[in-house]
Amino acid sequence: MSSSLVTVAYLASAVLFILALGGLSTNDTARRGNLFGIIGMLIALVVTIGAFVTGHYEWLIAIMIAGGVIGFVLARRVQMTQMPELVAILHSLVGLAAVLIGIANFLDASIQYTGVEKTIHEIEIYIGVGIGAMTFTGSVIAYGKLSGLIGGQPMMLPARHWLNLALLVAVIVIGVKFVGAGDHQQATLLLLAMTFLALLFGIHMVAAIGGADMPVVISMLNSYSGWAAAATGFMLSNDLLIVTGALVGSSGAILSYIMCKAMNRHFISVIAGGFGTSGGSSARAAIQGEVQTIDTAGMVELLNNAKNVMIVPGYGMATAQAQHAVADIARTLIKKGVKVRFGIHPVAGRMPGHMNVLLAEAKVPYDIVFEMDEINKDFPQVDVSIVVGANDTVNPLAQEDADSPIAGMPVLEVWKGRTTVVLKRGMAAGYAGVDNPLFVRENTRMLFGDARESLEALSQAL
Amino acid sequence: MKIAIPAEIHRGEKRVATSPEVVGKLIKAGFEVIVESGAGDGANFADDLFLGMGAEIARDAESAWAAGDLILKVRPPEFNNELGRHEIELMREGAQLISFIWPAQNQDLLQHLARRKATVMAMDSIPRISRAQKLDALSSMANIAGYRAVIEASHQFGRFLAGQITAAGKVEPAKVLVIGAGVAGLAAIGTAKSLGAIVRAFDTRPEVKEQIQSMDAEFLELHFEEDGTGQGGYAKVMSKEFIAAEMELFARQACEVDIIITTALIPGKPAPKLITRGMVETMRDGSVIVDLAAEQGGNCEATVPGKVVHRHGVHIVGYTDLPSRLASQSSQLYATNVYNLIMEMCPQKDGTITVDMEDDVIRGATVVNRGDITWPPPPIAVGAERKPSFGGQAISAEEGQAAGAAAKGAAEPSALARFMGSVWLPLILGGAALFGLGQVAPPSFMAHFTVFILSCFIGYMVIWNVSPSLHTPLMSVTNAISSIIILGALTQISSGNTLIYVLAGIAVFITCINIVGGFSVTQRMLQMFKG
Repeated sequence: MSSSLVTVAYLASAVLFILALGGLSTNDTARRGNLFGIIGMLIALVVTIGAFVTGHYEWLIAIMIAGGVIGFVLARRVQMTQMPELVAILHSLVGLAAVLIGIANFLDASIQYTGVEKTIHEIEIYIGVGIGAMTFTGSVIAYGKLSGLIGGQPMMLPARHWLNLALLVAVIVIGVKFVGAGDHQQATLLLLAMTFLALLFGIHMVAAIGGADMPVVISMLNSYSGWAAAATGFMLSNDLLIVTGALVGSSGAILSYIMCKAMNRHFISVIAGGFGTSGGSSARAAIQGEVQTIDTAGMVELLNNAKNVMIVPGYGMATAQAQHAVADIARTLIKKGVKVRFGIHPVAGRMPGHMNVLLAEAKVPYDIVFEMDEINKDFPQVDVSIVVGANDTVNPLAQEDADSPIAGMPVLEVWKGRTTVVLKRGMAAGYAGVDNPLFVRENTRMLFGDARESLEALSQAL
Repeated sequence: MKIAIPAEIHRGEKRVATSPEVVGKLIKAGFEVIVESGAGDGANFADDLFLGMGAEIARDAESAWAAGDLILKVRPPEFNNELGRHEIELMREGAQLISFIWPAQNQDLLQHLARRKATVMAMDSIPRISRAQKLDALSSMANIAGYRAVIEASHQFGRFLAGQITAAGKVEPAKVLVIGAGVAGLAAIGTAKSLGAIVRAFDTRPEVKEQIQSMDAEFLELHFEEDGTGQGGYAKVMSKEFIAAEMELFARQACEVDIIITTALIPGKPAPKLITRGMVETMRDGSVIVDLAAEQGGNCEATVPGKVVHRHGVHIVGYTDLPSRLASQSSQLYATNVYNLIMEMCPQKDGTITVDMEDDVIRGATVVNRGDITWPPPPIAVGAERKPSFGGQAISAEEGQAAGAAAKGAAEPSALARFMGSVWLPLILGGAALFGLGQVAPPSFMAHFTVFILSCFIGYMVIWNVSPSLHTPLMSVTNAISSIIILGALTQISSGNTLIYVLAGIAVFITCINIVGGFSVTQRMLQMFKG
């Protein structure tokens, strides 16, 4: 196959990938977009195999089919509540692949550069492998945290900022030696040493980040996997990889930015880690006031008299698998002529858009699901707000207490509605470690217990 | 600590500074309470009610004033003709006083209080910030005044407010114009609306438009670019052109409407004259104007403060004591506002109060502290109420940070800091870096680099358009396409070197998991979004 044909095919793939992402702008075009992505990938694979692969066909096909089947089964079996875990583990695979490809490329004696080109090529390998390694272990740790294999609390090593800095300096020093190394054997060892350090860095970085910052972490790892692909593209002088890597990298970066905005936090401070453990929150006076509880019967009466209901889901809905019960209640109320809407905070759940997927799974029509900015002004007209497993995203302290750790974070203003019912297991603070005065407001009622059981009982009673 | 509530002596004043309910709460918080006999008569709170709550009753004004460590009043202290002494003289030296003071208009009174070494909280000087809303007696009184204004208007107006179709014919609904949509204006709008009138409202502050419309009233617009928002929720003085346009609007409305309720006040200034005699003449006979700004000179030229007058066939109500005309209601709300202020100063509920001059609310309210005049207070740094905007597509990181810095802006940023915060610095640094790169890098690298940078921009444009509800599918699909890295492994897999061959094989295997997994889970999710 001529090299121009390969280039044209890669160009087509790149365009199809851009269309795939562009398609996600609306629900109607999203599926077609995904199809574009699949076609783009197929073109790239077929052309590359046709143009570059000269042997080991049987092995290649076997490996590809095996990998594909595993991927397919994973995708079929995964619970929608576990999407963040799946995405995290898939990120780690991209990172690992970048490491393997980078090292293999360096070992390949058939690739010969000289002068500046050699230096640049080596820097490209170095960066590609480094980002890949970091993405790999970072994503594995994120997976562990999300699936509960590792505790959600941030790991706070003493002098962790210095540790990070030392790792960075070491990576740069090794990098300089690596580029300057005359001996291939020695250079390989240096590359492996750096890989090891980058792996450590990935572990340390994500381990130090608290559970509530997971949406940022996932987006950030998404971004890294893209940059790893782009760096590999530079290494291989392959524009398709560069384009795709840049697309994915900027996508992840924008998502991280949106998530940080939604928590009113600086990206740097998220990465520096330790949210929810810093001082300040504990120093605040405990929230004063009496919690008023409500039972299922009271809730039924409340909802029967309501004309305008807002449901605010949070991560608690995902852990309790309560999305179907929530959807049932919404359907029942809508049948009775009640105006039901859902209000979604951008960082609700453990990854961007997590709540939307769960509600879509439970067949909640997406035209009654709104983003925070769309519905926040409507709360004064809401009769009953039902908060299902959300805490920090509905905390009035964010607006009222300038010293609070969450001060300035945009929140759903449920307290402006007539009555708010909060479903919660107990009085524990949210991930930010901040007490929530919403729970003791005069117009708030608490319904303690497992969200799914409470909601199913409520659904029955309605 | 003993709290004393003397009777109000101002002519026609029927309010009292506490209610039996609040007396009960004060005693529960550890205070002793003494009420002058007959103090609550005007508000229908008999002495027995206070006694029942555990208060003492003082037989006359002198003993009430003398008994109190803390005096609660509604009107500012004034000369007591009956006793021939000023109320301040009746007060114990060094005692505390909570009441309306109006320090800007009552400098002499402040001096007098200072000479008595008093500590005085002015209910009218409480800063109008959200934390202090439950103390805001001005709002409580304005709310009542707004309600009462409509009731007074309806009393003077010879017809129904609501439209009706009766056997005896059709009744047109009355048209009400409310000028100024502050607390009083909004209360008037609500009351007039619930009596069935057609309500229109005007305000110079465009942000109240939504509030007016949410009450189902019509917001009259000037189509004139000027924002009248001043400090503390009040309006400011507008430009000449604006006022001319505004007057023209009022003149047109005067010919149409039956009732005009004016509530326009600018702090520290006489009330603006909005309704001229000419406009009054053009109003239909039997129409009513209620001027809530009468005490500050009136919004209508024909207003006589304190009286109802009949001019050119129009009833002009200039009462200055509307809250007092609803004495029971206003006493109850005022008492609660005062109670909340006391509780701000008595967090332990131990019957003592501490005046914390570090607290913005207490600082603002305190006009005399142990004989020192502390009015006017320093301005409050507004910071807690800023709401960061979010989700706008075009907000870049730099703009976000710049906005954040500007909002914090207590300290004036230096020219250098402004320069650093601007978009220029990143541009210059970026340009320098590119220049350096161009010096050393070979052309083949630069070609790839160009592709890379342009792709980042395409990514930026495309991703901002993705619907937030589809962010999870976005992540899984980007995951799938980032596995395009498989191409690298595919070019290596035919290598003769076994190690490379094995490494590439593993890479192909895991990226295939990723490609198929990513695309199919995305497909599965998008299927759900079909709805």
